[in-house]
Amino acid sequence: MQRLLQRREYQLAAIIVLVVGLITLRAPVFLSMGSIDTIVTDGAILTMMALVQMLAILTRGIDLSVSANMALTGMVAALVSKSHPEMAASTAILLSLGLGLLLGAINGVMIAYVGIPPIVVTLGTMSIYRGMVFQASGGAWVNAHQMGSAFIEFPTLRFLGLTSIVWIAAVLLVAGYLFFNHFRKGRELYALGSNPAAARYVGINSTHNQMLVYTLIGLVSGLCGFLWVARYAVAYTEIALGFELQTVAACVIGGVSMAGGRGTVLGCLLGSAFLVIIFNALPIINVSPFWQMAISGAVILLAVVLNSRSERTRTKLILKSAQLVAAGRAS
Amino acid sequence: MTMETTVTAGMPVLSLQGIKKHFGGIKALDGVNLDLYAGQVVALIGENGAGKSTAVKIMTGIYRPDDGAILIEGNPVHLTGTQDAWRHGVTAVHQETVMFDDLSVAENIFMGHMATRAGGLLDWAGMRERAARILQDLESDIRADMPLTALSVAQKHMVEIARALSHDAKVVIMDEPTAALSQQEILELYKIIRRLQAAGKAILYISHKFDEIFAIADRYTVFRDGCYVGDGMIADVSEDDLVRMMVGRSVKQLFPKPQVTIGLPVLEVDGLGNDREFEDIRFTLHEGEVLGFYGLVGAGRSELMEALFGLKPVTHGTIRRHGAPMAQGSPRDVIDQGIVYVPEDRQKSGVILPMSIRDNITLPSIASLAKGIFLNDKAEKTLSERFRERLSIKCADLDQKVSELSGGNQQKVVIGKWLATTPDIIVLDEPTKGIDVGSKAAVHAFIGELVENGLSVIMVSSELPEVMGMADRIIVMHQGRMVRSFDRSDFSAEAIVAAATGLAGKGTQESTDAKTITAA
Amino acid sequence: MSSTSRITHADNIGKSHLVMKFPRFTKRWEFVLLVILLAICFFNASVSPYFLNLHNIFDSTQNFSEKAMLVLSMTLIIILGDIDLSVASIIALCGTVVGWLALNGAGTPVLVAASLVVGTVAGIINGGIIVWFQVPAIVVTIGTMSLFRGIAYIVLGDQAFTSFPDDFSDLGQGYLGGLIPYEFIVYVVLAILFAVFLHRTIFGRTIFAMGNNAQAALYSGIKVNAIRFWLFSVNGAMAGLAGVLFTSRVGAVRPNMAYGWELEVVAAVVLGGVNIMGGSGTVPGVVLSVLVFGMLSFGLGLLNVPGILMTIITGCLLIATIAVPIIAKRLSAYRF
Repeated sequence: MQRLLQRREYQLAAIIVLVVGLITLRAPVFLSMGSIDTIVTDGAILTMMALVQMLAILTRGIDLSVSANMALTGMVAALVSKSHPEMAASTAILLSLGLGLLLGAINGVMIAYVGIPPIVVTLGTMSIYRGMVFQASGGAWVNAHQMGSAFIEFPTLRFLGLTSIVWIAAVLLVAGYLFFNHFRKGRELYALGSNPAAARYVGINSTHNQMLVYTLIGLVSGLCGFLWVARYAVAYTEIALGFELQTVAACVIGGVSMAGGRGTVLGCLLGSAFLVIIFNALPIINVSPFWQMAISGAVILLAVVLNSRSERTRTKLILKSAQLVAAGRAS
Repeated sequence: MTMETTVTAGMPVLSLQGIKKHFGGIKALDGVNLDLYAGQVVALIGENGAGKSTAVKIMTGIYRPDDGAILIEGNPVHLTGTQDAWRHGVTAVHQETVMFDDLSVAENIFMGHMATRAGGLLDWAGMRERAARILQDLESDIRADMPLTALSVAQKHMVEIARALSHDAKVVIMDEPTAALSQQEILELYKIIRRLQAAGKAILYISHKFDEIFAIADRYTVFRDGCYVGDGMIADVSEDDLVRMMVGRSVKQLFPKPQVTIGLPVLEVDGLGNDREFEDIRFTLHEGEVLGFYGLVGAGRSELMEALFGLKPVTHGTIRRHGAPMAQGSPRDVIDQGIVYVPEDRQKSGVILPMSIRDNITLPSIASLAKGIFLNDKAEKTLSERFRERLSIKCADLDQKVSELSGGNQQKVVIGKWLATTPDIIVLDEPTKGIDVGSKAAVHAFIGELVENGLSVIMVSSELPEVMGMADRIIVMHQGRMVRSFDRSDFSAEAIVAAATGLAGKGTQESTDAKTITAA
Repeated sequence: MSSTSRITHADNIGKSHLVMKFPRFTKRWEFVLLVILLAICFFNASVSPYFLNLHNIFDSTQNFSEKAMLVLSMTLIIILGDIDLSVASIIALCGTVVGWLALNGAGTPVLVAASLVVGTVAGIINGGIIVWFQVPAIVVTIGTMSLFRGIAYIVLGDQAFTSFPDDFSDLGQGYLGGLIPYEFIVYVVLAILFAVFLHRTIFGRTIFAMGNNAQAALYSGIKVNAIRFWLFSVNGAMAGLAGVLFTSRVGAVRPNMAYGWELEVVAAVVLGGVNIMGGSGTVPGVVLSVLVFGMLSFGLGLLNVPGILMTIITGCLLIATIAVPIIAKRLSAYRF
């Protein structure tokens, strides 16, 4: 099964190494401890969210509400911390997980049980959840000094030199890898996205699986919402605005196919790494951070165009010569 | 739950009794019986539309019967789906492959019943081994970890068979298993079936190739128009008996071939190829001629016609119409040259189901009917009325959705929409697939009418009697190449079939390929 | 002319769609919308004395005229079976170009032309990528959504363009006869043109055909690639028009201008009875839908409800419009 590792992962890794090399040559500070720390932590959150976005894209869906979910759970967690500063980090995490799960489950019910296309549902909940952030906070910000100390310190706690965020991401990556490659449910999601009719035929229940997908996405979004707010020590309505596009970009660069049924955990990781490195490199090479959005967009377009060529060659192989070529390419 | 009955010798392993199934107003099955016995091959015989596929879907739990009983080893069961059918020991190899292109061969074989080991982890090693063993038994050179995209149509079918065999089944159903297989592969399949028989499995074999039926089956059951007609031992019947039961009348009546004088060339194709699906295609079509294209499923005939119709690019060769090169960039270009294409998959590419009959018929001609860019309702109404009459389309009114029509009438809508463009050449791809017997004869008669009026017809068909009955010439394709062409005077069923499976005929390349398949 | 019965979203989800011809009988979705519209107007009139004032009502149309124009061209795209999420970003891009040109002394006609050109080019980029590489519109427009607005951010950062020629504001703020805003007139004219185009021309018929079954449409000789390409280009041009009018009305260009409009536009299209999966819908339906949103928004404004609530309502309406018919159908199946 691991033979299915596309050459794309190698290409992407090579490009990343090249980019890092070039930037470091121009500005060695890029590889300083502080810089690496930021890059790795940014990357951790984006990787986790790209991983769950892959869940949606794999099954021929998409979740545009993830950033709104993060914002809402983050704000709620911050508000609770503001009124209960003595609250432990673990409580905050549980709260975020619970709320995130609920928000994701709402998406799931609409998509799986009512049968509304994911793009429509998540476009709607994206606004609803974002609007609720305003309702919850009354438009006011929650600042660092209003948050509990345990709340704010959590992201900075270190084990063996790495922050808690990085550890959480690492655990999620390993869990994701196992899930997608070594558990029945994970492979069934690939089957569902690859050919929904055939999946139904072999008994894979689309409804339950879609419910699972969007609920899981909500769960992780909730967690990342807390991590985001705690890390930046601020919560406001527009937090993580547009972040959902970065998760899609990370997936697409990483080789996740928008047609469903294809994508790897490593791809998500590399895609996220690519984006995060570029974004962090911008200020170092004196490019304004306002370039981030355009770069995300350009990268999505480029990746999608490049992906399209490989997807278009899925025609029937009838001529013996064409079969031999394809078999050779696959081995 | 009823009392468990013990299996006695001679009792069927699987039995359908009085099964009825209808879809809307259409009766797919009207009280059919079917018995499958351990260690025996039963051939299920019937025309297209006789209800065979519906019966298979009921046996595999995809459809629930409206009436009647399914008995497995004497006990009535209610199957809730494919996995339930597997649990009861019923597996099937279906006509259309049901595969996951993005996954590997092993995953395709085991999806839905993947083996796990401790902690819920997938047992990849075990599955890979089992898959390799099954494929080896099938004498196939497919490796378990190959991605499905690297396989040909025939190989994918082999994986389908492997999937059915991966369950420890009591009943193995095979629905047209040889459509895409070469002669050599068919013999291999017979060996597998014999082995399954020896292991005590009950086999249901659906095919309309009589040579296969008489080679492999022990018993037969015949369906006609959703009804059970009869059953018995193969040794006790002849082919004519079976045909009579299938069709209710003699075969010769079905293909009225009119006498037409063949005229000048209207289409010349030379050296046509697209590097992937077909190459080196050369033929000439004449006025008033019916040119048949015969071959196995996956031979590349439809792909060739699609390229001719401007749906696919062509990398080599020329197409000439009236002596001049023909533009083939898009279907519109080709239609403007008077060539139209009636595709095989009527519902996907032929009609727009949710739209009305009238909108469908007028669609390709809409620009010519219009007043400038504005729709011309009156002209549209007149045109669709005219064709409704001419083709005898049975419908309540022309605003009815095409989805509400029967298969035969839907086909008439497709033909009608093309005739409205006044073409010279009409390409029919499996024109009578999935159509009831009555409409089939009508379509054939209609083809006769077309050539009498000076049109030329290219007919792609996988039904040998049909193509031998209707065509003036037959071109046989195999794996994307033309193997042989036959004039009506040289028509020979054995030679045509042999050519289609890659044996005999022009060029040593085909026979070399056949050798490499078996040697690998 | 024939009338075909309207099928609600419930019947349309996942399965067949019905071609809509110009409605003769309003015993359907459009009628429901009309009733809702009247109900909202009733409600507005009862809670505020300012509502039933012709000046005020016409004024309020300015708040939604630009979006309404986007709705017209988006309707075609959605009936086609596609979607374009980049429209709001194209407005930001066009606004940026207009603002920059204005800053450098361009006159109003040049500004209008420039906005239309930039919008069309953006639409051509969308259509070009979609058709040339055969990539789903949703992904491409998610990408261009970021790219186009991203360009606005690169040029403006956190600044704004605020200097425009004196007569520029007439476009978005001017009135005919002191009563009817120019913007609204432009919208009405466009609505009529689009209605005729969709329901009475051969192009409209081919769009419905493609939305119902693009493959069969292709096999019937319809130039699907060309139609798709042109529709996205027109959508871009429309965004260009909406962009210059919006800029003129507001008098400023910021990189976050029209943020979130794509949601409102899609919601209005869906509420207007257009099937999100493609293949059916009417222009009168989306016109009524836009008026419903407009009057609702106006009413909430009169009640001093903050704008963000409208966003929540829009999101809920988008989902409810599709969900309610499905749920209703399933419940009724249980009753019999």
